[in-house]
Amino acid sequence: MNTHEDLPTIITDLEEAMTQGTQTAVIESPSGQVPPALPGNRPGTIVAGGIRRLGRGLGPGIIVPLVFLLGLIAAAVIPSVLAPSGPLDMNPAEAFTAPGAAHWFGTDESGRDVFSRVIHGARSSLLIGVLATAIGLGLAVVLGAVAGLGTRAVDFGVSRFLEVLFAFPGLLLALLVITILGPGVVTTTIAVGLSAAPGYARMIRSQVRSVRGSGYVEASIVQGRSRAFIIRHHILPNVAAPLFVLGTLGVGQAIVWASSLSFLGLGATPPDPEWGSMLSLGRLYIGNAWWLTVFPGLFIVLSAATTTLLGHGIQRKLKDK
Amino acid sequence: MSLETLNHTPSTSAAISATTDSTAGSSRLRSVLRLSGLRILGAAGVLWAVATLAFFAMRLVPGDPVDALLGGPGNNATEEVRELTRELNGLNEPILIQYGAYLGKLVTGDLGNSYQLREPVVQVLGDQLGNTLVLAVLALASAWVLALGLALWSARGGRGATFVGNLLEVVSAAVPHFWLGSLLILVFSVSLQWLPATSGAPGIEGLILPVLTLAIPLAGFLGQVMRESMLTAMNSPFAISARARGESEVSLSLRHALRHAALPGIGLSGWAMGSLISGAVVVETVFARPGIGRTLLQSVLVRDVPVVLGVVVLVAAIYILVTLLSDLAERLADPRLRAA
Amino acid sequence: MSQTITNPNPGSEPVIKVRDLKIAFGPKNGATPTVHGVDFEIHAGECLAIVGESGSGKSVTARTLIGLTGANAVIRAQTLQLQGKDLRRHGERAWRKVRGADIGYVLQDALVSLDPLRPIGREIADSLRIHTNLSPAARTAKVLDLLEAVGIPEPEQRINQRSGELSGGLRQRALIAAAIALDPALLIADEPTTALDATVQQQILDLLAERKAAGTSLLLISHDLAVVGHLADRIAVMRRGEIVETGPTAQVLGNPQHEYTRRLLRAVPTDKPRGTRLAPAGAGISVRQHALIGAGRAADTTKDRTGPVLVAESLRKTYRNPDGTERVAVHDVSFALNRGQTLGIVGESGSGKSTVARMALGLAIPEAGEVRLLGNPWSSLPEKQRRPQRKHITSIYQDPLGSFDPQWDVARILSDALPDASRLSRAERRVEVIRLLETVGLDASVESRLPLRLSGGQRQRIAIARALAPGPDVIICDEPVSALDVSIQAQVLDLLDELQREFKLSYLFISHDLGVVQHVSDEIVVMEAGRVVEAGRTTEVFANPAKEYTRKLLAAAPRLATTTGGRE
Repeated sequence: MNTHEDLPTIITDLEEAMTQGTQTAVIESPSGQVPPALPGNRPGTIVAGGIRRLGRGLGPGIIVPLVFLLGLIAAAVIPSVLAPSGPLDMNPAEAFTAPGAAHWFGTDESGRDVFSRVIHGARSSLLIGVLATAIGLGLAVVLGAVAGLGTRAVDFGVSRFLEVLFAFPGLLLALLVITILGPGVVTTTIAVGLSAAPGYARMIRSQVRSVRGSGYVEASIVQGRSRAFIIRHHILPNVAAPLFVLGTLGVGQAIVWASSLSFLGLGATPPDPEWGSMLSLGRLYIGNAWWLTVFPGLFIVLSAATTTLLGHGIQRKLKDK
Repeated sequence: MSLETLNHTPSTSAAISATTDSTAGSSRLRSVLRLSGLRILGAAGVLWAVATLAFFAMRLVPGDPVDALLGGPGNNATEEVRELTRELNGLNEPILIQYGAYLGKLVTGDLGNSYQLREPVVQVLGDQLGNTLVLAVLALASAWVLALGLALWSARGGRGATFVGNLLEVVSAAVPHFWLGSLLILVFSVSLQWLPATSGAPGIEGLILPVLTLAIPLAGFLGQVMRESMLTAMNSPFAISARARGESEVSLSLRHALRHAALPGIGLSGWAMGSLISGAVVVETVFARPGIGRTLLQSVLVRDVPVVLGVVVLVAAIYILVTLLSDLAERLADPRLRAA
Repeated sequence: MSQTITNPNPGSEPVIKVRDLKIAFGPKNGATPTVHGVDFEIHAGECLAIVGESGSGKSVTARTLIGLTGANAVIRAQTLQLQGKDLRRHGERAWRKVRGADIGYVLQDALVSLDPLRPIGREIADSLRIHTNLSPAARTAKVLDLLEAVGIPEPEQRINQRSGELSGGLRQRALIAAAIALDPALLIADEPTTALDATVQQQILDLLAERKAAGTSLLLISHDLAVVGHLADRIAVMRRGEIVETGPTAQVLGNPQHEYTRRLLRAVPTDKPRGTRLAPAGAGISVRQHALIGAGRAADTTKDRTGPVLVAESLRKTYRNPDGTERVAVHDVSFALNRGQTLGIVGESGSGKSTVARMALGLAIPEAGEVRLLGNPWSSLPEKQRRPQRKHITSIYQDPLGSFDPQWDVARILSDALPDASRLSRAERRVEVIRLLETVGLDASVESRLPLRLSGGQRQRIAIARALAPGPDVIICDEPVSALDVSIQAQVLDLLDELQREFKLSYLFISHDLGVVQHVSDEIVVMEAGRVVEAGRTTEVFANPAKEYTRKLLAAAPRLATTTGGRE
């Protein structure tokens, strides 16, 4: 009767019980000797907080997408080193060659090497993605900060304005912009940036509002701190980290949107090696040359997916800290 | 002290709410109704602002609208003809008068005439709207079913569920409609030859691929949100309460977690409808399907301002309406929102 | 450790019998032990209370009795019997038959423990649906009976309401109704009254006592010896996964054997005169002669001025509800706080006491009336002119973590609060920071830590250090100990007391906890629904409450029953 029997391990979905079990009684440390001086640990700039936390151990959720993105950046900077041939080099004799050892991704209707074109396409896709996100975030920071920091009336005004912009969903705002500015790579970039701005602005606004209403800002007011001090030392640093995540996620989305516009014939124009417009052309031959459709699209998906994973990875890291 | 006397002591919070809660049933409806009144007013305001913004934005389109009216910049119309056209279309009036006329016509449902097609925009869109709405509504319904199914399946936790969660994240954010549509055509039309690649003809076969193309990325997004709120529900204290009553995991997810998963889905329906119609621009092009998306694209290319304006206002109206409805539905379903 | 377990019904089979229960979490080999061999049994109609602080393993133990310990829990026991049945080999299916039918389980905080999207009637009926073959109509009838039995008025209407539409007390009653629907032999209540106001808390305890009288066995889990004292027949004191002492209630409370039990009892502030230490000496407090804090303070002649340091005159504040109606949060509240004294403001949730604190801090501006600080205008000043004066009045909050910028480490938090920090060199600032840390009894090594990585007690000490930094006259303490375990609460209260005498500080001490307020305050203001009900010397108010509301509050406050056999 004295033998201990194993109870079956009870498996349920409760995670709280775990944390309850791991909490140890709080042991208060009595005051002790002054330790030797520690190196100062003052987060200086806005970005430093985010980067400091980033450094604290990266999981595979960040490393894998980071490696792919670094490869993509390499392709954007030095495409001619990575690609076997130029993006516009034609060889009609080899038109519609299926993927193989000579042409990894096959060739198109003019015998151009699809792999080389995809590599060369990285530059414009990345550039558009980054620039559009920068435009969108830049505008959004202004709108979000004005609404978040302003008086109730200002906040109301900006929020209603954003609500109006939300009524132009998705590509609609971009199409409106293109109607005014005309098609092209530059206008596509601006259009994508503008249509992303309202979403960012709303998130930044609520982030600023929540920091503004936080206990530590109140504590700072009680300490007699000025508005300017609070904005600089509390609100900006605490809004910057989520902003970083937002930007990372945004690049992937911008690449997808910009390539959609190119696909519709409103962005880059053939024969420029842009993934969206390559796909648009490739669709004409979808019946006999699948590779023209599959590979450029795969790269759009991969670059958008990796930035998304990276963004979520960073987000998780920030939350866990 | 007996429970009864304590309960009716006016100063205990229990008793205070006892008096205010007695009419809760009707007050719930009343509060939702009053709120809907405010909401409808607000929605009308947003619609007016959208129309105004779009009208003035369209004034920024470069080039003389008369050229567009007369068949493009290369027309050989004489100055008299141009002047007459201006006169007829009210283009000589001051901008505010034109704006007033535009608003007046808008209220009566007149969106002007297409430059290109030479017919009323209302007629152009009326022919196409049905196609797009069928597409969008079917896609929304499919996305809901897919997302709920996935959320239910994956909310049990474990490695497979984590994988699904990550997959949803990626699919919803990274897969463009035009590529997904092309892949579906490649597989189901070119290779398997099960379904038509174009969907011009009426009939259900032509609809399957476009609906799937629109639904899959949306399902990824909705599934992610639903899965998260389902997991939150399954791990919350009320789920422990239910388990402590002897509830099984399956019953728990169906009776409790499913409602919690559906809530954010309802709330996002307005946004989803908007993104579906925007996606229709691409999908209608990929599948060569008539609809307001494709009409919009063609009008953008030739800068047919009245049509662009018409589509924008129409889509905004749909978006605002669906948002309004989903908002009210969410409030009706979740008492916590009404308190806020 | 092995105390004799009194058995009220010798010879009868206990309802639940636990011998050498061990719980560990983690992978099967190398799991972290959390509960190390716990023994207890409960007989029919008997109530056992397991009392312990956070991390003692009391809730995990309770959950193990219904097989909901959690994923990757490894459980071993020599005996785990419910009415003679061995629970150890129960699979999930067998457990489901036990849960709700044989053992009812009531969680704390009914706001989140009932599904907010389902009517409470459905939640209660679930137990019946799962375990019986009753028709839906019969279930509804039974639910109405249950609502009636737990004292919920107007059951026909309540049955269709959801938890968000009910008050805290009614929600807790509904939760209990769901747990007793099948008249289980054992009812487990895990902190059933923790989130409730004192008067409501008393009602819930009465309800549980009724169940006990009806023959149900009760396992009460609580952090509060005073709460369980009136209900429990026996108390088991748990610490770090072990029961350190168990025995009849009167014995444990009146003649505690174990050092830890004595410490817990000593930590209860109720009825302990001002200045009595609550924690044993050396429990981390060391206010030494830190006369150097705020070096300029000693020479500050304003300190010696007589007259109250903080005066509130007829304060009034209204808030607008979302539906446009106005709600008076504070109505005609006046008080005066004298130097070196503590003024306690006590009231239940919604009494307006926190709004008073905000007005005293100049964070909310009264619509009528005025707050004066050190004899000068305060609430009437524009913020710009208030700023230079803010060093005279600082604050400590209920949630210290939320009051720290998550990106700032302790050193930055404290040096930021120093007066004229910009004029000090880095080294000087560091000296000041370390001195502050010492003053509140913390090791200097915490200076590089982020608040998130500190314990609750340490955080509140940092908050106190920050409040001390500018050398204030007044510290507003808004529920400063309500989130802390009793023994930590005792240390913090002792610290505040020593600091007050050391620096001649004045406290405006806001709390819902009568025991705490009684212990710390020289004078007391009782608030209800935005108004002052009663005010006066603490000793007098507690000895001779003049108003009905005060009497009711005092009666409801849980109080240790230390006399032998002192139940009821």
